[in-house]
Amino acid sequence: MKFRPLFFIISSFLLVSSFLSIVFWGFKPSIDFVGGAVWEINLPSNPDNSKIEEIFSKNNINNLTITNNKTQYHLEFQDISSDQKNTLDEGIKNLDQDYTELKFESLGPVLGKELLKKTVTAIILSAFFLFLFIGRRFKDFSFGISAILAMFHDTFILIGAFSILGHFFGAELDSLFVTALLTTLSSSVHDTVVTFNRIRELKRQNFQIDWVNLANQGVTETLSRSVNNSMTIVFMLLSLVVLGGSTTKWFATALLIGVICGTYSSTGVAIPLVLFFKKHQQKKK
Amino acid sequence: MINKDKIMRTFWTILAMTFICFIINFPKEMPISFHFDRINFDHTFYRPDFKFKVGEKEYGKDLDLKFGLDLAGGASLLFNIDTSTVKKEDISSALESLKSNIERRINLFGVSETNVQIVKQQNEYRLKIELPGVENVSSAIKLIGTTAQLKFKGEVEIPSEATATATFNDVFTKDTGINGSHLNRASVQLNPNNSEPEVLLEFDDEGAKLFATATEELLNKRIAILLDDQPITYPPTVNAVITDGKAVISGSFDNKTAKELAVQLNAGALPLQINLIQQSQIGATLGKDSINKGIFAGIVGLILVSIFMIGNYGKLGLIADIGLIIYGLITLALYRLIPITLTFPGIVGFILSIGMAVDSNILIFERMREETRKGKNWNNAMELGFGRAWDSIKDANACTIITGLILLNPFNWNFLNTSGMVRGFAITLILGIIIGIFTGVFVTRNLLRVLAKEKIQK
Repeated sequence: MKFRPLFFIISSFLLVSSFLSIVFWGFKPSIDFVGGAVWEINLPSNPDNSKIEEIFSKNNINNLTITNNKTQYHLEFQDISSDQKNTLDEGIKNLDQDYTELKFESLGPVLGKELLKKTVTAIILSAFFLFLFIGRRFKDFSFGISAILAMFHDTFILIGAFSILGHFFGAELDSLFVTALLTTLSSSVHDTVVTFNRIRELKRQNFQIDWVNLANQGVTETLSRSVNNSMTIVFMLLSLVVLGGSTTKWFATALLIGVICGTYSSTGVAIPLVLFFKKHQQKKK
Repeated sequence: MINKDKIMRTFWTILAMTFICFIINFPKEMPISFHFDRINFDHTFYRPDFKFKVGEKEYGKDLDLKFGLDLAGGASLLFNIDTSTVKKEDISSALESLKSNIERRINLFGVSETNVQIVKQQNEYRLKIELPGVENVSSAIKLIGTTAQLKFKGEVEIPSEATATATFNDVFTKDTGINGSHLNRASVQLNPNNSEPEVLLEFDDEGAKLFATATEELLNKRIAILLDDQPITYPPTVNAVITDGKAVISGSFDNKTAKELAVQLNAGALPLQINLIQQSQIGATLGKDSINKGIFAGIVGLILVSIFMIGNYGKLGLIADIGLIIYGLITLALYRLIPITLTFPGIVGFILSIGMAVDSNILIFERMREETRKGKNWNNAMELGFGRAWDSIKDANACTIITGLILLNPFNWNFLNTSGMVRGFAITLILGIIIGIFTGVFVTRNLLRVLAKEKIQK
């Protein structure tokens, strides 16, 4: 555990930059959170964006942004009623006879708040149950707290990373991101528990040994497993990021960041925290 | 030591199970033609049907993979239900009627495998509708969104020469002026005399007056009851003038048909207005594109993982890879058997769980290495490796399952996520972890015992 100062610097750097990015750049929330409409259409005649804008302004629909990749157009605008959608359909059809609709989504802003609330509930609930489970399994709640804190560390960095990715590459926070966030919770704890397990086993074999040496030995012994295991998950996710469709790209990226963070934090955050708590306990005695 | 016969028996059981899963995953039809020099092979393989008879009843299972809206294409609609028009105690029957009425309308629309759900959200109710394969969603929205109309229409005399050609709409043209708003509620009761089920209609004051006039005029004639202009029952005949606003429809009802009629009447009596708050629509092409890309990415990832395992652990890695193939076969077979509707996040959950399945093997193999380094012989190292790693595997996966369960929200708690996307992910993740533990620990262990033992002992 001679790397403790280094881990401390890395984690602080990541946490602070996440925090700064969230404060200064904020997020790019998708319509899942703020409401609105997304329409993806294929227009073989490849019309100019201004022609589409014209149709929208004729129907008094504002806040339109258009991005297109060859003949595939991605339109975002305020949420609309189904009658408005019908007139838009007709307008686009007049523009291009052969248009095909790939995707249309429209939702009011109410649902976004709900999603946010539910996500926070799920995180807190998961943290609570995991804390209980780990605390019970290891008969020591300093393990539970350390695992949970490491988990929050990962969650926060993932959120921060998406604030940065949103600022530079337009990554959006959507309901899939929420799923990725919740998966990070479990994969982070997954790794931590394996390391804890080893420390517990070593402690049983030789309970005279002090916590710092114990942690050193435990980490060394589980490190190659942790890295190898992360490699396999990274392979799977990387192929999704590179080869998967646009819908999964950011989702898989989020999972990737979560997995890497989770592997790091079990050694870099959870163990130093356990040592910190143990030191504190001993002082009290 | 462990009994050799027992090991072989387990080994054959695993092989048999793999074979069964392989057959379940077989495509319905697979033509194979093979021409090489003078060898000609042309044959179409069919998947056997899983149908069997027990007594009179026939059991069957449709083994096709089910894809969610995001992959198969289709529309999903979310309506807010305005319950302010209905008294509190009537809300639950009003909701039931709304649901059944909308299901009926969708059936008219001719869409199969639709899903109509009522979701409670704090103090609001929502109606969630999934229409697979529907491309023109605006007409569906119109059809679903209109409030139910209940009408009572009286029979009129028809000239005898026209009876043969007269349609239902020709016969029942007399407007009684009674509609759904005059009906307080409909319910099922048992006739006190013969205890047969019958349907009781309770009208409000104005409805009672109108009904009295109508029954007077239509005595011994029939009254048709129409919901959205469709008759909902064989028109009952008026037997007496009813002045107290309480009418009973009796006849050849059983419990089920009486209940159905009451529900349909309530759709008109307790009409609920619904407003569209979310719609999403995925074209079939986009879905197909996502499936293909997802599958391709999965295969590439799997190959990378396999190479990594063999490179890192040699023969052991190869066994783990065989374990992975068995894992894939079992998982896919279960998707078909349960059945699980695959959504896009679901596929990602599956891919992620492959990674976690390998984890068990890595844990075990690392342990085995350690034990061999300590100078244990290979056999002991293997058994010890499995034994020691089991503790970590159990605890670590239990944690993932805890989070998985919170995401899956099996009790439908409405403070947790109820979205199909997140749940689709959770279900494949949980299933993947459970099967991953089974193949990663039990299957690879037995494969190792049988396949790798002899060679390495020398």
